[in-house]
Amino acid sequence: MRYDVFISGFGGQGVLLAGNLLSYAAIIEGKNVSFFPSYGVEKRGGAAMCTVVIADGDVGSPIVGTPSVAIILNQASLDKFGAKVKPGGICIINSSLVDTVALQRDDVEIIAIPMNDIAMGLGDARMVNMVAIGAYVAKSGVVSLASLEEGLKEVLPERNHKFIPANIRAIAAGALNIKC
Amino acid sequence: MAAIEAGCRYYFGYPITPQSDIPEYLSRELPKLGGEFIQAESEIASINMLLGASATGVRAMTSSSSPGISLKQEGISYMAGSELPGVIVNISRSGPGLGGIDASQADYFQAVKGGGHGGYHIVVLAPASVQELYDLTMLAFDLADNYRMPAMVLGDSVVGQMKEALVANRRPDTKLPPKDWAVRGRGGGEQRVVKSLFLGDGELEAHNWRLHAKYQELKERETRWEEFMVADARLLVTAFGSTARIVKTAVMMAREAGLKVGLLRPVTLFPFPEKALQRATQQCKKVLDIELNTGQMVEDVRLCVARDAEVNFYGRPPGAGSLPTPEELLEQIRKHY
Repeated sequence: MRYDVFISGFGGQGVLLAGNLLSYAAIIEGKNVSFFPSYGVEKRGGAAMCTVVIADGDVGSPIVGTPSVAIILNQASLDKFGAKVKPGGICIINSSLVDTVALQRDDVEIIAIPMNDIAMGLGDARMVNMVAIGAYVAKSGVVSLASLEEGLKEVLPERNHKFIPANIRAIAAGALNIKC
Repeated sequence: MAAIEAGCRYYFGYPITPQSDIPEYLSRELPKLGGEFIQAESEIASINMLLGASATGVRAMTSSSSPGISLKQEGISYMAGSELPGVIVNISRSGPGLGGIDASQADYFQAVKGGGHGGYHIVVLAPASVQELYDLTMLAFDLADNYRMPAMVLGDSVVGQMKEALVANRRPDTKLPPKDWAVRGRGGGEQRVVKSLFLGDGELEAHNWRLHAKYQELKERETRWEEFMVADARLLVTAFGSTARIVKTAVMMAREAGLKVGLLRPVTLFPFPEKALQRATQQCKKVLDIELNTGQMVEDVRLCVARDAEVNFYGRPPGAGSLPTPEELLEQIRKHY
């Protein structure tokens, strides 16, 4: 199998951390991965985007033109990448901040989840990225939730390991939004 | 990591994006190993520190990005003239001038044709993945020592910023000549001199012929390349570095569509894999060269095969958001098929 996904939002939403987490979880499962980040020079508020490709075989191009899945965390990302998703693909959209009406497509599955509201309900808006990853992993089955938990230990510095349980709760909350 | 595994304990550099991950890592790790990390006052100082360290026979390196590499050219020329090894990593930016930080392959000419004065060459290796960045860095140290010349690892922000799974291979067990030329300071033994100034009658000419012979030997013995689906290809695509990764996926897409397309990726840009290209074009009469610039390696491709094959080019000048996608390259493959 080959999975490719765009994760896009603005700096501070944890876009790159989300992509990193997904990559490490896939490596833990013995898969081939490429993680390619692209971001503005600003630390917060600029555009942040990454492409993750996960494959059992050769990853091939780390640059993807038309992704199977796009995780859209802010309006600008929808405007920029909504049209690029492959026909038959999926848009997982943070409906707390994004008006999905702008996406004039009936050939992709749209999954709208109020990610900021869910994250704030758990006590911290900064966990919006974990809610998003939980939803993506539950939908795609690309890695197991157990590997994500394991991956958190790799991507978070030691001093932040105390936040792992809260992040796991946010991942689970995101996954709950996917109907199985 | 690769530099440390290869036995490098000395790094001299000056910060610039997008190569800063290298000094960040080495500034933390080298002191733990009893090595030295020096952030110099400029790129010019750091390349001359590398020259000095290499002259003592130790493994040492520097890294920078395009404008910084331009500043280092004088030192690189002196190292080439003095026959000093040493590894230079260029995680290049887009240019000219200050340019931008986006992925670019616009430094091919500078790296391959001798960016400084005096008509020299250095070894130039072009990794296409994180694994290759690791493995080729170790190879760069070996080639530099073996041939007593500087070696460059030339990447861009795709290879430099990307994360992929890595197998931390051990340093290859290469048999290397003793560094019986290295300076030792005051002490026993006869005096050793490392220099690039040759004023004696005929001395400089002889020196240049010796350098030339070394470059010919490199061409004979050290060219490396990757071939993918070349055997029955009707169209041969040539590309290097991260662009070749995108091309490879486009080639796979073309094959699925029934088009006989292959990829030849030079891994060593100097020495350039001339013979491999000439062999491939014995049966394949059409070549499409793809680069992230307006056409540089294509000149070397043409020099090699112009008699045997028609060579076309597709490329884009570097800049924000201009990375080609596999779909875009497939379109070019169809156009030139």
